Amino acid sequence: MVRKLAFSLLAAGTFGIAGTATAADYTLLNVSYDPTRELYQDVNTRFIKQWEAKNPGDKLTIRQSHGGSGKQARSVIDGLEADVVTLALGYDIDAIAERGLLSKDYQKKLPNNASPYVSTIVFLVRKGNPKNIKDWNDLIKPGVAVITPNPKTSGGARWNYLAAWGYVLKNGGNEAQAKEFIGKLFKNVPILDTGARGSTTTFVERGQGDVLLAWENEAYLAVKELGPEKFEIVTPSISILAEPPVAVVDKVVDKRGTRKIAQAYLEYLYTPEGQELAFKHYYRPALTEKDPFLATRNKNTFTKVKLFSIDEVFGGWSKVQKAHFGDGGIFDQIYEKK
Amino acid sequence: MSTTTFRKHNVLPGFNISLGYTLLYLCLIVLIPLSAAFFKTYEMGWQGFWATVTAPRVIASYKLSFGTSLLAATINAFSGLLIAWVLVRYDFWGRRFIDALVDLPFALPTAVAGIALTAIYAGNGWIGQFFEPYGIKIAFTPLGILVALTFIGLPFVVRTVQPVLEDLETELEEAAASLGADRLQTFLRVILPAIGPALITGFALAFARAVGEYGSVIFIAGNVPMVSEITPLLIITKLEQYDYAGATAIAVSMLVVSFVLLLIINLLQGWTKKRREA
Repeated sequence: MVRKLAFSLLAAGTFGIAGTATAADYTLLNVSYDPTRELYQDVNTRFIKQWEAKNPGDKLTIRQSHGGSGKQARSVIDGLEADVVTLALGYDIDAIAERGLLSKDYQKKLPNNASPYVSTIVFLVRKGNPKNIKDWNDLIKPGVAVITPNPKTSGGARWNYLAAWGYVLKNGGNEAQAKEFIGKLFKNVPILDTGARGSTTTFVERGQGDVLLAWENEAYLAVKELGPEKFEIVTPSISILAEPPVAVVDKVVDKRGTRKIAQAYLEYLYTPEGQELAFKHYYRPALTEKDPFLATRNKNTFTKVKLFSIDEVFGGWSKVQKAHFGDGGIFDQIYEKK
Repeated sequence: MSTTTFRKHNVLPGFNISLGYTLLYLCLIVLIPLSAAFFKTYEMGWQGFWATVTAPRVIASYKLSFGTSLLAATINAFSGLLIAWVLVRYDFWGRRFIDALVDLPFALPTAVAGIALTAIYAGNGWIGQFFEPYGIKIAFTPLGILVALTFIGLPFVVRTVQPVLEDLETELEEAAASLGADRLQTFLRVILPAIGPALITGFALAFARAVGEYGSVIFIAGNVPMVSEITPLLIITKLEQYDYAGATAIAVSMLVVSFVLLLIINLLQGWTKKRREA
């Protein structure tokens, strides 16, 4: 009886292996962050159709995983077999690269710093803008309550913080003034949620605060979902260029034999079709200069805003992380000084 | 052959095997993961460990976490006892329903509890709106944390006290009354000593659960450093910076404090039991 069972299991096993080898079944796992869920649902459907048309007989399944950017990166480090990662900030992919799962120069392997779509930080205010918030310096006025997630727990919130810091520097301020500005800004923050979606809920559903610092795509989505009669978007004079990069996880694709398809998947994001999808989900497509059609639509949808990049103002993520968000860093000093 | 005759046999069969199984199981499920935490901390050395676990923000979070947990467990000890009493001693329409309701905080995913409580206690929520005009904010303050911890800890007290109360015969109270005890005396001298150990166990369970609670609290706390930041959140913060050693250091210190507190509570329970039996 036992032997018979073992035999049939063995048979089933060999059959199973033979089965996958001939039918060219592929699965990809895309580990991403929270707000890209709908974007990648669209991307996956289209890409699968395209791939299966080009490679008849192939069967492609793409699974997606979403969560806080840092938590997602940790899952990949701890062994979640992601073929590609599409996270909120370079720092999280850097951390994966540091563990040797992918090469450290991943941002050079794809155009535009490996960011097929970009965004920026804007303000979401209540209808009619009762506190008359126009620019970053309105946020530090007494009596204005600002809602933003904690930059130590939320990757996305680090962009908010750095945008405010860059605003001071770009207006001729020095580091000390920027530090003072950030200190005043966070004095006006009554609630620090752990993630971006949490902050949106606090602002929108719980009615807390006067202004929400948000990614542009999240702000547009909020206005679309909740109605323009309740909220409006204020674009500041200057903001940060938020680049959420994408990368193939070398160790995983080499082990699973999915490199070709993973690479094609990420490259698809740069095709006109992929760029169109990013646009549809309120991201700013990265390659507008090459595509006049997209460039015009970009101009008509998004308010023009001066953008600075993190490399230009701060010299890259590793420096920023240590100085600002590390233990005892500038963010901690805001709260720990008595 | 002769040695076997001297071997003592336990009344129940399979004692050795069940003891072995117990030890193995505890090692696998409890001890090994915990020792992993200790080893991870070992990387950073004693000085690094001490600096991490005594940072001002961490100290502030201990005060908040342990303080609110103790307070919440105390509130639950009183209200839980009352609820258990009512459920055991009174027969009323809908008792079964109320009884089932008590378990709800067990079953509900903590995040759902957090979101629901925040919605109710925020300035624009059902309950929060009545407090807002008086300048009392519940959600997004330590008071909110207390509300969440009280909510999740309630079933522990009710469910530990209830069976003991059910076993307690009313004849005992009648006897006390017939011997001239007034109602307060009956409660303090007869009922309380009987349910004391169970009540303390319930208190300890509610407390332990509250200290470790993360899911429901982060929604309602506001999470402002030095004010409303609980210790489990600091652990997550460290992880978010890929500081595994720092995260486990705080976890270990929390573990040690919790263990000491639970040990004290257990000793206290043993003492009350002994006193009652004496």
